[in-house]
Amino acid sequence: MTLSASNISWSVGAASIVDDVSLEVREGEFLGLIGPNGSGKTSLMALLSGIRKPRSGEVILDGVPIGRMGRREVARHLALVEQQAETADRITARQAVELGRTPYLGPLSPWSANDDAVVEATLENVDMAHLAGRLWHTLSGGERQRLHIGRALAQKPKILLLDEPTNHLDIGHQIGLLDLVRRQGLTVVAALHDLNHAAMFCDRIAVMQAGRLVAVGRPFEVLTAERIRDVFGVEAAIEIDIEGGCHIRFQAQSGRGGRSVSMGDGTGKRFSRS
Amino acid sequence: MALVVLVAALWLGAAIGETSIPFGVVAKTVANRLWDAGYPLEPIDEGIVWSYRLSRAVVAACCGAALALSGVVLQSLLRNPLADPYILGISAGASTGAVSVAILGLGAGIMTLPMGAFFGALIAFALVSLLAVKAGRGTAAIILAGVAGSQLFNALTSFIVTKAATAEQARGIMFWLLGNLSGVRWPDAWLAIPAALAGLLVCLWHARSLDAFTFGAESAASLGISVRRTYLALVGISAMMTAVMVSIVGSIGFVGLVIPHAARMLVGIRHSVLLPVAALIGAVFMILADILSRVLIPGQVLPIGVITALVGAPAFAFVLGQRRGRG
Repeated sequence: MTLSASNISWSVGAASIVDDVSLEVREGEFLGLIGPNGSGKTSLMALLSGIRKPRSGEVILDGVPIGRMGRREVARHLALVEQQAETADRITARQAVELGRTPYLGPLSPWSANDDAVVEATLENVDMAHLAGRLWHTLSGGERQRLHIGRALAQKPKILLLDEPTNHLDIGHQIGLLDLVRRQGLTVVAALHDLNHAAMFCDRIAVMQAGRLVAVGRPFEVLTAERIRDVFGVEAAIEIDIEGGCHIRFQAQSGRGGRSVSMGDGTGKRFSRS
Repeated sequence: MALVVLVAALWLGAAIGETSIPFGVVAKTVANRLWDAGYPLEPIDEGIVWSYRLSRAVVAACCGAALALSGVVLQSLLRNPLADPYILGISAGASTGAVSVAILGLGAGIMTLPMGAFFGALIAFALVSLLAVKAGRGTAAIILAGVAGSQLFNALTSFIVTKAATAEQARGIMFWLLGNLSGVRWPDAWLAIPAALAGLLVCLWHARSLDAFTFGAESAASLGISVRRTYLALVGISAMMTAVMVSIVGSIGFVGLVIPHAARMLVGIRHSVLLPVAALIGAVFMILADILSRVLIPGQVLPIGVITALVGAPAFAFVLGQRRGRG
């Protein structure tokens, strides 16, 4: 199952949000999507999932333009976990995962034992079986996010699209969640904020800047000091270890409001102006 | 079980009133009328039960069911616990239509007051929909458009009433606006029953789609729901049901707002169960409210909307409190 975008654009009024992006997602890979706030990551995810139609260009799922497939058909192959989807309904953890079976159920086809089996296996898979009966509003952010992943997995997709899945989670839950996603062995496209996580979990990284795709490649190819300065406006030192893993250390700079800070690297670049 | 409760409520509705009629007589009347059973009965009793009370109870039931269904559907689709059938501007449009016919004499001779109300409701709904589409995507657009549309049509109604109505007409209109089942007869029931049944079927057909809206429209889309088609079908059927009911009985508040919350507290959020339960509670509640409206002040009929609001407003406050408690 392959997913690709060819020259897709999307705009709101005169403002161009996604600008002529072409991207090929390889089967089985974990593709990270990085870029500053407002660079069009979320919109690109919505376009890739087919829930939004591009103004121009095409998203192609397994050789077929996604706009020409039925929504149900798409949902059986591709699942999207949006950023922070919330509900005020009194829904249980299990019911949230059960929603994932929607693409397989019609008005006249009843819930089956197979659906039950899928839901139970999924709850085990995302380590929420012990909380299956708990109500949504009593669960923590990390638990809710695992259920969202579970709902997507219950769709039995080949491709998983995740829009900033680790937002608002503590570091333990962030790593745990990404690990959980990688264990599934699915094709994954994930918009990520943390560059080190992207470097750690992704086979390839795509960089968005002002609606354009400015780079795609292996983490150590893409995450260079120049590019991070150019795209995010922060200074960083990159270390590449012998296995090709890459580690980014950000450096604070006055007046720029760098996002994450490590206490200098001994080069004396960190200074303050008052 | 549901049918038993409904029949019991209808039975009560037919038996209780200014003159109580024994349950047996009610049963015999129905048997006479439906199966030609030929029980000897007082023609007056039989007349009251069949032509007056039973038709009235049936319309009340349909109306309650339809409003409750619309409420469930709109609250689920728009992800807003405050949504009710009138949020689409329907009741405001209906009252403008009604006063246009009753006071301005629009379409004189051909248009009856219910017809005026029905067309007014549809015009208002069309306008609100247009506005919502113009205002762009998102559920807030529909709600805001509905508020704007309702205000506009309410203002028009007030304008017409103040400008042209006699005191007598104004009182009549006020009574109608608050909901009134007094004039209801069997022909109304033959309109209300198919509308409510069609509504129930269409809503049940979309039960799983409604479930999929739990986490919002985008999430529903990613679960394989055609969001636009679902909106069209469900908002359309809600508008149709509400317009029919409003044109028969006037705008009865709080049923479409409160009953869905009550049903959700009882049976949870699965729409395949929630929809029929809400319809049943709505039907029974409306029959009981109608009985109350007839017997509360001896010799006088209270507008049923007064009863539903008197019960509904505190119930709604209670529901709000519950929501807060688990916020």
